[in-house]
Amino acid sequence: MEEIKIMSNCKVVIIGGSAGSLNALMQILPELIKLNDFALVIVLHRKSTDDQTLEDLITLKSNIKVKAIEDKLPLLPGFIYIAPSNYHLLFEKEEILALDTSEKINYSRPSIDVSFESAAEVYGSSLIGILLSGSNTDGTEGLKAIKAAGGTIAVQNPLSAEMPFMPNNAILYSDPDLILNIQEILHFIASVNTK
Amino acid sequence: MIEDIELETLINEVYEYYGFDFGSYSKASLKRRVNRVFQLDGFTHFHEFLSKVRSDPEYYKRMVDEITVNVTEMFRDPAFYSVLRKQILPLLGTKPFIRLWHAGCSTGEEVYSMAIMLKEAGLLHKSLIYATDINATVLETAKKGIFPLRMMKEYSQNYRDAGGQEDFSSYYTANYGIAKFNGDLAEKMVFSQHNLVSDTSFNEFDMILCRNVLIYFDADLQKRVINLFDESLAVLGFLALGTKETIKYSIAPNKYKQLDKDKIWRKLK
Repeated sequence: MEEIKIMSNCKVVIIGGSAGSLNALMQILPELIKLNDFALVIVLHRKSTDDQTLEDLITLKSNIKVKAIEDKLPLLPGFIYIAPSNYHLLFEKEEILALDTSEKINYSRPSIDVSFESAAEVYGSSLIGILLSGSNTDGTEGLKAIKAAGGTIAVQNPLSAEMPFMPNNAILYSDPDLILNIQEILHFIASVNTK
Repeated sequence: MIEDIELETLINEVYEYYGFDFGSYSKASLKRRVNRVFQLDGFTHFHEFLSKVRSDPEYYKRMVDEITVNVTEMFRDPAFYSVLRKQILPLLGTKPFIRLWHAGCSTGEEVYSMAIMLKEAGLLHKSLIYATDINATVLETAKKGIFPLRMMKEYSQNYRDAGGQEDFSSYYTANYGIAKFNGDLAEKMVFSQHNLVSDTSFNEFDMILCRNVLIYFDADLQKRVINLFDESLAVLGFLALGTKETIKYSIAPNKYKQLDKDKIWRKLK
């Protein structure tokens, strides 16, 4: 396993994923006991009409409380937030969440790039971005933005991904700090802010 | 990419030159939108962009049109329209005359959706739908009732998910990639420009729909706009917002009653 640098000032871990990522998340989220003083934000590609199913599923499987996202909700450590279907999820300087129904980006709303870039602007070096399985290019530009702003970026090992295209694309273009299997992603998230 | 300080400069200059106040817009979204038009129009330096906005009123208008989000769809959130059909329209139907206001109607897809619902409930003949937007260009599209034909499959599915029983394609005529909605739907629509940031109430309504507009405003402006709606709504009238929007930070909780989990509130007093 790769040497993982443990961040000590992390405020937000943001995870993006598309096809095949729900399966990976379902191996990670139920194993997490708590979030060490950071918020976990999940941005998955999903059907525009899928209003609550993803939230309900994660709420059921996770030990950590899921906050239902409404416009201008404060982002607090210790909770899971899930980008709602058919909106882009953005971050305001005042550490509140904002929503946007503008054009799809990379055929997606929510778009991972949009949320990653917005989070990078607000959280800079106290942000960790993780990109999971998927079959389009969304997420790569966002990871680059997080890295450029001083944050840490990790990509799911394409060999462990149901759909390796998205992580492969990110590895090719974003120079990730870490490439991790599903179990390693779990350990990584659990290790955040423990030093 | 535009810096925060440049965005502030733009907001101040636009206010000074044109009197339009973007200062209370939600910053994360506004910055993305400004960056988008900046890149779309091939600018590389902020000062060139700023000077173009200042000196060219036509370009300023284009910028505002591009900044304001005009993405909409017919029967967006079918569950909302289902509640409208089953619970709201029967109550509105008891009135001799129904006044509705679509605030921030964009290109009008939701206005036509509403007209279809009213028609099917046998209420369109005694309804009047005021549809307003800040953006004059989108209102022109809305007036025509012409939407891209490629969207009809999705809209037809939304319509059925919302409980629609008719043949959706009977509401429009397809021609060369466009769908022109039947003229009878538009007979009870009145389109006009209205700015939620600076304009006042202009009538009293039985229902106000403003879905996915408030998300672009900061908390203070949201509060002002909700109060504008409150002034414009009859007692026992309905206010409908987007699925992720709320009035709870903006108005006394005992003035409105929310319908179950849906983003529809009834004015009690």
